Amino acid sequence: MRRFVFGTREKEGAGKQIVVYGLLICIGFVYLYPILYMLSTSFMNRDDLLDSSINWLPGTLYLQNYIDAASSMNFWTSLLKGIVIAGIPTLLNILVCMLVGYGFATFAFKGRAVMIGLLLFSYILPSQVTMIPTYGLYSKMGIVGTLWTFILPALFGNGLNAPIFILIFYQFFRQVPRVLLEAAKIDGAGHFKTFARVAVPSAGPAILTVGLFSFVWYWNESYLTEMYVQGLSSKSVWVNLVVQLKNFETSFETMQATGDVAISLSESVKMAATALSILPLMLMYFVLQKQFVESIDRAGITGE
Amino acid sequence: MRKEKKVKDPRAKLGKLEKREARAGYLFVAPWLIGVCLFLLYPLCQSFYYMWFNIRITPLKTLYTYVGTGNFTQIWLENPEFPQQIVTYLWQTIVEVPIIVVFALMIAIMLNGKIKCRGLFRLIFFLPVIIVSGPVMNMLVAEGAASIPAMNTESIVAAFDTFLSHSLAEAIGEIFSDMIMILWYSGVQILIFLSALQKIDSAMYEAASMDGASGWESFWKITLPTIKPYILLNAVYSVIFLSSNEQNTLITMIQDAMFSGTKEKGYGYAAAMAWMYAVIVTLIVLLFFLLLGSKKDVYDRQIKRRKRALKKEARLVKKIERRGRRNARKIEQARQKRKYKTYSGESDY
Repeated sequence: MRRFVFGTREKEGAGKQIVVYGLLICIGFVYLYPILYMLSTSFMNRDDLLDSSINWLPGTLYLQNYIDAASSMNFWTSLLKGIVIAGIPTLLNILVCMLVGYGFATFAFKGRAVMIGLLLFSYILPSQVTMIPTYGLYSKMGIVGTLWTFILPALFGNGLNAPIFILIFYQFFRQVPRVLLEAAKIDGAGHFKTFARVAVPSAGPAILTVGLFSFVWYWNESYLTEMYVQGLSSKSVWVNLVVQLKNFETSFETMQATGDVAISLSESVKMAATALSILPLMLMYFVLQKQFVESIDRAGITGE
Repeated sequence: MRKEKKVKDPRAKLGKLEKREARAGYLFVAPWLIGVCLFLLYPLCQSFYYMWFNIRITPLKTLYTYVGTGNFTQIWLENPEFPQQIVTYLWQTIVEVPIIVVFALMIAIMLNGKIKCRGLFRLIFFLPVIIVSGPVMNMLVAEGAASIPAMNTESIVAAFDTFLSHSLAEAIGEIFSDMIMILWYSGVQILIFLSALQKIDSAMYEAASMDGASGWESFWKITLPTIKPYILLNAVYSVIFLSSNEQNTLITMIQDAMFSGTKEKGYGYAAAMAWMYAVIVTLIVLLFFLLLGSKKDVYDRQIKRRKRALKKEARLVKKIERRGRRNARKIEQARQKRKYKTYSGESDY
């Protein structure tokens, strides 16, 4: 009996297995709880919300919440703009961070250690410190409220979370055998040709990791998007779903005032809006789940 | 991490090839270098400068008035919200980060065992990383989806309040009420731990169990020391994540101060706030570095101590030798002198 519960050296006991699975399932449920709550609430109509006998399953599949939320958020235009806002800086991030990471990993030059220190420092420093003068700089250049406020830093390797990406590429390229690069050099390739023909094609997993994370982080960044790309004082046309969600209540109320939506703001409409704003990323996650989950492993963040 | 291959002595003159190589290196990192100057160092200096001024932006030009430490005294004395928020933030981060890291480690260890549907569980635990963003979190917290309904937060706060300071008890209460959100923040950390755990050589565990170590012992003696660097990595990551998260009221306060049109607030005021905030974040990171930084393990320390003892002995031997030589010389000298003396005395005589 004891052996059955606690197991022997060779085989894990049933009791231990039950405990592990039980814990995992409980924690998994806790993880999913907010999402389930959100989904179930978002389908409830007014009566279901007030009815105390209905906790989880709504009486009918009520889609009006989604329609109202989508029209208030300008779902399709915001979605497309969000893809542009996250996509272009992501491409630049991949390109520039790869160059810089390769530079750090393969060449020995003076001041490299200092520069890597600076890189780590720029990660630890909260962006709020540099935000104020940067905002001043952008408004002097007249690019607040345009996409350039995201493109410019990304172009110079200082995009959102760029230090992490540079470090990922740095780690990755250090594991590329030097013989490979030297062979290319002996065959007459210059530094850039070696980079483009040998290093880049071998960096697939790292590129994937950086691309996915960069896209997700840019997509979810509401603070900087609202301030730089949308421009707090002069609301421009650039806006993504997350920022729409942040200002959901006010935009919904103005729509209500103009009579475009019939019902008043209830929590199920809010939950529908939340569901809509995370829907695109959820779809992306379920399609690319394997790449996402294994990305950290393969990009070699943990080294060898 | 691998150790860098030892390059040549940096003071030695570089060869032509190395020079060319270094030039290529500079070329590759040049974009980032420009970026750092433009978007990090220059704004950093500028906001340090702003901190001492009251800045008002009029349509025609920007007015700078030197106020010295005026911004700081104003923040600390006249704005009751900021100090309060700082204290809350401090407690929250210091309590939450260990929770996140320990929790991530637990999950990672469970997932690392022989388990069916590991992929499915990884999928679930990583899901929050994808959807976590300020507004979404705010929405979910506001609707009460972030707390487990069965958990009674108020009684927990009351219980802690009896023997801890009030602000700490509040922070702990807040942690319990946002438990799910805290767990949501540990997705990346779980994956980092998992991939670190998978790189531990299983032969080590086998050897340990051969010698009669239990699973518990081999966890403390093998697993923990091996993944210690990743504990630090995850702790730092969590601190940074928590401090740049939009759930954090401090960063919204800074933004509000920046754009408030009132006479006393503005860029200078916001810069002072941001600097104080940055100092506190850096201090927290340093704290975790000190707590979790790589201490040498026992054997290393023993070897070092032994080396030191050997060196001391060698020094002692040398000292004795030197002294012996000196004494011999002295004796020799004295003898010679005496000889000379006696000799000269004789001649004198």
